[in-house]
Amino acid sequence: MPDLTYTELLYLACGAFLLTGVMVLWRRDLRAVIRLFALQGLALAAVIGVLAAHQGDLELALVGIGVGALRAGLLPYLMARALAAGGEDRETRPLVNVSASLVVAAALAMLAYAISRPLTELAPSPATRAVPVALTVLLVGFFVLVTRRRALSQVVGFLLMDNAITATAFLTTSGVPLVVELGVSLDVLLAILVLYVLTNRIRASFGGTDLDELRELHD
Amino acid sequence: MTGVAGVVLQVLLVAVGSPLLVGVMRQVRARLEGRAGAGLWQPWRDLRKLMRKQAITPAGTGWVFRAAPMVLAGTALVVAAVVPLVTTESPLDGVADLFAVTALLALGSVALALAGLDTGTAFGGMGASREVTVLALVEPTILVSVFALSIPAGSTNLGELVAAAEANWLSLLSPVTLLAAVALAIVSIAESGRIPVDNPATHLELTMIHEAMILEYAGPDLALIEWASAMRLTLLLGLLAGLFAPWGIATAGAGALGLLVAAIVVVVKVTVLGVALAAGEVFMAKLRLFRIPELLAGSFLMALLAVAASYFLV
Repeated sequence: MPDLTYTELLYLACGAFLLTGVMVLWRRDLRAVIRLFALQGLALAAVIGVLAAHQGDLELALVGIGVGALRAGLLPYLMARALAAGGEDRETRPLVNVSASLVVAAALAMLAYAISRPLTELAPSPATRAVPVALTVLLVGFFVLVTRRRALSQVVGFLLMDNAITATAFLTTSGVPLVVELGVSLDVLLAILVLYVLTNRIRASFGGTDLDELRELHD
Repeated sequence: MTGVAGVVLQVLLVAVGSPLLVGVMRQVRARLEGRAGAGLWQPWRDLRKLMRKQAITPAGTGWVFRAAPMVLAGTALVVAAVVPLVTTESPLDGVADLFAVTALLALGSVALALAGLDTGTAFGGMGASREVTVLALVEPTILVSVFALSIPAGSTNLGELVAAAEANWLSLLSPVTLLAAVALAIVSIAESGRIPVDNPATHLELTMIHEAMILEYAGPDLALIEWASAMRLTLLLGLLAGLFAPWGIATAGAGALGLLVAAIVVVVKVTVLGVALAAGEVFMAKLRLFRIPELLAGSFLMALLAVAASYFLV
């Protein structure tokens, strides 16, 4: 692949990755949030695919397909099922309102850029220059995890962080071994399954998944 | 020489074509809603009818009220001469700065807001207050996204921005351009007062922004304002098309044939954008006034991310 096209395609995929991550903060509709998460999974798979095509690495391409299938297919499917089982499909009142959280996301992007500059300067290449994008999504994911009330929004926040960590790993190294990626992905899948069961149990016991109302102990 | 001819051509196109664009958009909307529609020439017929009426102003209004339509139409015409719609070789190229264009458009908005206040009615003041609120949120986004666009090209001059994008169209696919395009599109919709920010067809006191300010106008003044609003919409759509799909705009050395092709291409591009906007509006409801800052904060975030991306993704 010629170098110029490689850089353009890589940055386009990174831009889509960043945009879907930030849009999660914007939307209140949990269905739309899950759709955005699936799109982000596709963007992540595209990042890995472009890297694989550039390095001519078949194993990396397989990892990319696996990551795409898990994060754009299976996990959104599980979350959509969890959402369909319960009635509440809107993030009605997040702890920080939407306009303020969008401005916070802008500040987080600046922070990610500032802290990742030393990392980029270690080995400047098109891939490492995109590391701030992954770190921005990491911080945004953490912000979603902290400020949203619904259990499903918090799961999405957790998964955004995981997507960002995966993206950072692939952008900074020249490829993560298949075994390592498989282990991480299975861990995430297990965590989601546990959270899925837990969300269902919370709803069955308390009738809602607003985690802030679970402060007091019940008999 | 082609520069002067191109500018005359694009001012004429905007002046004559903008009410037609409004007509096309209303017609698309009507057809999608299952109505017959009034036809493409209805905005021009409305303008002709209004121009024939007697000019009257409400008692107690001053020169601010009378000057506002002229300022609005005048700034729109100057912008039409400056923006690269047909040619990038405008004789006004030295001042064809995206900041200057933004300032000119804002000058028109501010004149109208002052006129709304000058009437002393409740609706005028309310409309002016809302318009200025939206304007204050729109301006930073425009400035930041212009900054993002100007970093790769190395200039804020509109002609150079378009020429650089035309020479290297692969750069249009970069995240910087895409983020800036989304931000500018949202802001253009807000600035031209379309759904979901404002509904141009409503006269309901709770929701109107633009219409509340011009409620006291009648006759030729109202015609001037309607015409200028149509021109502003056309210019914003043309600017978006020029910045993010610059194919066909005549650059230096293009002959008369190049100008003709550029004129046809710009008409097609603006019509496609207008039809898409009108079709999108059918499926959307107007946002609640207090949700508008959310939308504009989102577009500001995108503009800021575009600037950040233009620094680290080079």
